Amino acid sequence: MEFEPVIGLEVHAQLKTNTKIFCSCSTKFGADPNTHVCPVCLGMPGVLPVLNKTVVEYAMRMALATDCTIAHQSRFARKNYFYPDLPKGYQISQYELPIAEHGHVNITMEDGTKKRIGITRIHMEEDAGKLIHDPTRPVSRVDFNRTGTPLIEIVSEPDIRSPEEAGAYLRQVRSILRYLGISDGNMEEGSFRCDANVSIRPRGTEPFGTRAELKNLNSFKYVESAIAYEIKRQKMVIGDGGDVVQETRLWDSAGNRSISMRGKEEAHDYRYFPDPDLVPLVIDDEWIESVRKRLPELPEARKARFLDEYALPEYDADILTSAKELADYFEDCAKEVENPKIVSNWVMGTLLGLLNAEGKSIEESPVSPAQLAELLILIETSVISGKIAKTVFDEMVKSGKAAKAIVEEKGLVQVTDESAIEAVVDQVIDANPAEVEKFKAGNAKLMGFFVGQVMRETKGKANPQIVNKLLKKKLG
Amino acid sequence: MDLHALTIHDAHELLKNKKISAKELVSSVIDRIETVDPVVDAYITITKEIALAQAEIADKTISSGKMKKLTGIPIAIKDLICTKGVPTTCASKILENFTPPYDATVMEKLNAAGAVMVGKVNMDEFAMGSSTENSGIKITKNPWEQSRVPGGSSGGSAAAVAADMCLGALGSDTGGSIRQPASHCGVVGVKPTYGRVSRFGLVAFASSLDQIGPLTKDVRDAAILLNAISGYDAKDSTSVDTDTPDYHALLSDDVKGLKIGIPKEYHTTKGVSADVLSAVQNAMAVFKNAGAKLVDISLPHAQYAIAAYYLIAPAEASSNLARYDGVKYGLRDSGPGGLIDMYKNTRSIGFGPEVQRRILLGTYALSAGYYDAYYKKASQIRTLIKRDFMRAFDACDLILAPVAPTPAFKIGENIDDPLNMYLTDIFTLSANLAGIPGLSVPCGFSESGLPIGLQLMGTYFDEQRILNAAYFFEQATDFHHKKPRLKIL
Ligand SMILES: [Zn+2]
Repeated sequence: MEFEPVIGLEVHAQLKTNTKIFCSCSTKFGADPNTHVCPVCLGMPGVLPVLNKTVVEYAMRMALATDCTIAHQSRFARKNYFYPDLPKGYQISQYELPIAEHGHVNITMEDGTKKRIGITRIHMEEDAGKLIHDPTRPVSRVDFNRTGTPLIEIVSEPDIRSPEEAGAYLRQVRSILRYLGISDGNMEEGSFRCDANVSIRPRGTEPFGTRAELKNLNSFKYVESAIAYEIKRQKMVIGDGGDVVQETRLWDSAGNRSISMRGKEEAHDYRYFPDPDLVPLVIDDEWIESVRKRLPELPEARKARFLDEYALPEYDADILTSAKELADYFEDCAKEVENPKIVSNWVMGTLLGLLNAEGKSIEESPVSPAQLAELLILIETSVISGKIAKTVFDEMVKSGKAAKAIVEEKGLVQVTDESAIEAVVDQVIDANPAEVEKFKAGNAKLMGFFVGQVMRETKGKANPQIVNKLLKKKLG
Repeated sequence: MDLHALTIHDAHELLKNKKISAKELVSSVIDRIETVDPVVDAYITITKEIALAQAEIADKTISSGKMKKLTGIPIAIKDLICTKGVPTTCASKILENFTPPYDATVMEKLNAAGAVMVGKVNMDEFAMGSSTENSGIKITKNPWEQSRVPGGSSGGSAAAVAADMCLGALGSDTGGSIRQPASHCGVVGVKPTYGRVSRFGLVAFASSLDQIGPLTKDVRDAAILLNAISGYDAKDSTSVDTDTPDYHALLSDDVKGLKIGIPKEYHTTKGVSADVLSAVQNAMAVFKNAGAKLVDISLPHAQYAIAAYYLIAPAEASSNLARYDGVKYGLRDSGPGGLIDMYKNTRSIGFGPEVQRRILLGTYALSAGYYDAYYKKASQIRTLIKRDFMRAFDACDLILAPVAPTPAFKIGENIDDPLNMYLTDIFTLSANLAGIPGLSVPCGFSESGLPIGLQLMGTYFDEQRILNAAYFFEQATDFHHKKPRLKIL
């Protein structure tokens, strides 16, 4: 029997507000333990939560960016469970009435196929603290700095059918969050987390199979491998005549496998109920419209504009708009340069190649968009050749100097004076009579040899078009 | 002159006219506490030094001519209202060593009004109870008869006021916890409209029902103290942004034409003592003779109030009390075992039996598979009870009822029968479920001389009208002049 995977993802994204969701403590990452805390986020007796309006606005941005319907009235609820990193013994979340429902995200796969993934709901909640386990003694400490950091949970419909689609969906959700400026979306640092619900069913059938929930997926790679592993595991279970059981499984990235954490029977009963300390959240149309008006251009729209305005191939537009910072870089550079495609080639090729090799992000690029533009203009105006430009680029990275300065300093200006080049061409032909013979006898490949010799003599500065033209003429 | 026996408004006049000093007044109250409290056991913490220091400041304020309504007035605080730097125990072993680093909003307001805190007073643990017998610290005695309970949960507040161990007190009312002890101790107690007084710094029992209010020697004092603590607070999302009238300045004893609703259900309730019935009937006559109109009303869902209350309140409590886990503050059992053992032992040792009972009840009511049948159903009944009141207030201006079915019962009488104990709240719970204001004003004595209170309930944010009616009643009667005769050792 052929099986089809059914996958739904739950994404938790930390919001980049200055203060926590229910108190005015800072959300800054990396402070000394328990320095960004107050009686409210420590859950001391008698204190009360007060909702941070910016959190609501950020959640509304995400809701609008994913075409969700924003609820005119939503409620906060308490999710009750005991854990030392949860100071109140409950997490304030949303349950029955979330802020937004019924949206979608469009994804494009590497082969160009497009798909729409439904968003079931988006809701706001507070993050928990962090336990720090002493490796030398059976002692754990708790740091409440993260307690109360705002999160949105984005729950997808079970519309995803492969690990690759899951990856594409996650990347797109993260890209939207970053475009909106509401989350760092950093999986490794935990500001962007994902749980996956995976089941399989015979292809062509409707009912869902029993699902497993996958946790501890700390990178895009783990999400995809854990889902692939889970699909294979469930196929084997059914293939062996067994039944998939409902359970939560933890991904063990070192072992490249998942381990059962708890079954259905041990599942928590969170005893959700409306939080009586917070009044229903009322959002009117006016507020929604004011947030909508302030929405920035989103990845899909930007891609469409790149296709139109810069006439880039779809492949280029996809890559360049995948992250807001990259798209910004491209546009900052492209506005100075005549031909957008040369910018696209350089950004996607040379620049990203360098950044990937050094493990840097586009914001950390040693070459600014304006600096790159200066270099590309030198190519466009035939001051240097593309080949020389690569050398100049390397020097820019190394020394931090501007392209023009390097070209002048090293005397790399392209020679376009035909008579000067002709002299060198004549010299090369005279010095290599044997090769000239062979070329004339029909060995066309030797053209490269002659070009190379001319370039060597001119230290690469001769204009390649002129060199070609003259060689062809002289060698007949 | 026994300064501790003064009302707030009389003391204010004497202070203003420099007939007495705040220091004399506060010292008199401290002396009184030191003499009487060994018998009554109302205080958990006596803040003598703070009180004397505050009195000194008060005297300076008075001489500089910047006196406020409560300058120099000694007030007792129920021990679940957070007081910066002063232990706040909730009468629970689990918080016996807890000192908040912050003041409740009502404390900030009292401080700003110049009040003097003389101490923190006893209560049922986490305000769960109707007799103060559930205190994890001590049992408070009724000043009128020391073999009897003062009522609860604000039993310490009511007993302290009745025994002149303060001029006024703050309590909290979740299901009758201000009105019932006020009734049992012969003082005035007001539960304001939900949202009138900030709950910030009030240790939560049931967040959707809790409300802080005053307990005082007469209605005028209640108006003064209520004025001082009322008002919107940005730190409490459930506090309501509406103007607070000057209850004291607007106090009026004119009840002519006032339509007083008499709920037929309350007057057919079983188990109401003859003493209570006759005192309440007498009160009805007093109002009628002054030109008020008695109107029959019906609160058809009142009979479900106890059931709904004892699902909603414990449900909220089970969640509110989850934070006492031994991790951050308060008691921690550091015996052998892991995390779960620490949780279990800390909470088993730290919480008394009634608190544990309600946590279990509430946890059950919220559990998967039971939520709809219990918590949700109770919430629906709550809506119906609210509607009953709204309909009733179309036909009347305020509602008159008993506070408690009987006068103060004997210590130990109901302690093994929690259900019977719960029934003592039958007349008071509905106001909390609906969120409306209610008060208790002395309206007579039982045959054996125990005080009986009359309950007046008003519509939302209409505290003024019930205060006025109570003020009239007080002027027309002299029950509030009678004081308990304490057998002091
Ligand atoms: Zn905080």
